[in-house]
Amino acid sequence: MNLLKAAYKVLSRLEGLGIALVLLVLYTVLIISAPTVFTRPMIYFSFLETVPPALIAALGLTLVITAGEIDLSFPAVVSLSGLALAWGWKTFDPAYSAVIGIVLALAAGAVVGYINGLMVARIGVPSIMATLAANFFWYGISILLAGGRQQTLAGSEENSVHELLVGRPFLGIPLQAFWSLALAVFLWFILNRHKFGESVMFIGDNPNVARVMGVNVEATRIWLFTLHGMIAAFSGIVLTLFIGVFYPNQGNFLLPAMASVFVGGTSIAGGAGSIFGTFFGSYVIGSLEAGVVATTISGYWVQVVEGGVMAAVVILNAATGKADFASLLNRFRHWSTPERANPELLSKDETR
Amino acid sequence: MSNPLPDSTDQYALRMVNIDKHFGLVRALTDINLDVGRNEIVGLIGDNGAGKSTIVKILTGVFPPSSGELYIAGRKVDFRRYNVQSAHAHGIETVYQDKSLGEKQVLWRNFFIGRQITNRFGFIDVKKQKAIANDIMVNTIGFRGRGITVDSKVSQLSGGERQGIAIGRAMHFEADLIILDEPTVALSLKEVAKVINFVHKIKEAGKACIYISHSIPDVYEVCDRFVVLDRGEIGASIPKKEISLKALDEFLLEYAHGRKDKQRS
Ligand SMILES: Nc1ncnc2c1ncn2[C@@H]1O[C@H](COP(=O)(O)OP(=O)(O)OP(=O)(O)O)[C@@H](O)[C@H]1O
Ligand SMILES: [Mg+2]
Repeated sequence: MNLLKAAYKVLSRLEGLGIALVLLVLYTVLIISAPTVFTRPMIYFSFLETVPPALIAALGLTLVITAGEIDLSFPAVVSLSGLALAWGWKTFDPAYSAVIGIVLALAAGAVVGYINGLMVARIGVPSIMATLAANFFWYGISILLAGGRQQTLAGSEENSVHELLVGRPFLGIPLQAFWSLALAVFLWFILNRHKFGESVMFIGDNPNVARVMGVNVEATRIWLFTLHGMIAAFSGIVLTLFIGVFYPNQGNFLLPAMASVFVGGTSIAGGAGSIFGTFFGSYVIGSLEAGVVATTISGYWVQVVEGGVMAAVVILNAATGKADFASLLNRFRHWSTPERANPELLSKDETR
Repeated sequence: MSNPLPDSTDQYALRMVNIDKHFGLVRALTDINLDVGRNEIVGLIGDNGAGKSTIVKILTGVFPPSSGELYIAGRKVDFRRYNVQSAHAHGIETVYQDKSLGEKQVLWRNFFIGRQITNRFGFIDVKKQKAIANDIMVNTIGFRGRGITVDSKVSQLSGGERQGIAIGRAMHFEADLIILDEPTVALSLKEVAKVINFVHKIKEAGKACIYISHSIPDVYEVCDRFVVLDRGEIGASIPKKEISLKALDEFLLEYAHGRKDKQRS
């Protein structure tokens, strides 16, 4: 038991390990149930192509949720930034149109995020309301400007920026998989090693404590929403380049991205966040649908299975969250009397 | 009011002169004049809503007063440029009842939040922070055993231990003035004793302190002087040597009654 405990302690320090194991189990199950598809590398390469856009947005969302806020407006940013890229692409000289398009897209994301931040931090609108409204508004603007039509990025295949962001120069590995991993590493350092990230955690924990301890709560919130706006724009850039076409509704992965964050172990309560949990969580969520379809289970079952897996993982997260083995066992022993199983439930209610 | 020359040998750690504070129509503080000596422990006493925490927040740069002046170690404070960071820089540290520590955060982060040791890109020197945090816990606060380390989360600590962390942090950052705003609420007698002990350490270290509590015996034990705040105004200032605990108790009781009589008439 002591050895188990020690091992658990070491392992629990590896961020996202739990959900990485879930991913492994998922692939094992899929290999067994759909061997024709899942024993070939092709399907995995396709995941490395299709998962990164939602993964990128979910990484930023992890920071926002760690700060005790939510951002429902990133789908609109993914759309708007794709449009900005497409517009820059067709308007300017091909020699630098891609770069201009990307700068425009990031700027659009930053503006939307900054306005979100102002609404939340300066005016005090709860972020769920502010960003819900923002999502409708900016998505509407995007459809309006695009005339409701898709736009093709002409000649994107030969473009060097396209190659750099979503090409496959080594072993056929799509570069967006690499860039999203790089972003995850970068954001891990921001959250866990930079004072901005520490401010984010303390604000999510208790904004009053953060304030009296000298954290600039308002500025941090505004920066955070701006940052997430830019990250969502990056997601839109990658997506639009990869497909080669801008679709107005291309960012419709709000719920999968949120599911990735929660499945990865970040709690809606704020105060702590798991970047690599979200990283692996995104692959779990992104592989589930394709995986379940490939097992030739009737199509009607797909969502049921997906929902079941998500629920199982978040239940597991809630049970193991802050706990060591002893208290975990305790919880299952007293499962019918939650206050005995989990004394923290009691003390939490008291402090509310 | 003339601006005295900056004088670091000023006998006061702190001087509030004619401070007023309104929140909209609510008048929270009226004409507050309050001094705290260099090595003086001042007890701030008053009913709920008397304005004690409002005074603390002005001193610590959370918000400015509506009017009035503040001198820290003889230097006049420019409220346009005064915030929590500059209060820290002026050697003012605060311990609140429940707002001092991030519950879900590890202790070493709690010691340095708001003034991390970073490189010039803002990345935290975790190793150094942990080493210093450990030193404070062992040497300043005297945490031993109990399996509490700098990697423990605040939620694992008892109430008294939490206040110990907050006070230890204040002492480490070489505060000249430590403000404790109801640091013993909801603590057991044993935990209160720990906090009182920390306050004695502040006095021994030659620092100043403002101690706010509704428990008069606690205030009496640790403080050199008692300042009574009544609906935003200073009602009395009594040195400890001029009054016994019993007399102070009676005085406060009479004071409360007197107030009621005044209200009736
Ligand atoms: N941010 C604020 N906005 C409006 N009114 C406020 C604000 N902060 C304090 N007040 C008011 O100022 C008055 C003094 O409040 P304060 O918190 O300073 O009292 P206190 O003496 O600390 O009381 P307690 O013993 O209950 O802590 C109260 O009437 C309170 O309602
Ligand atoms: Mg108060």
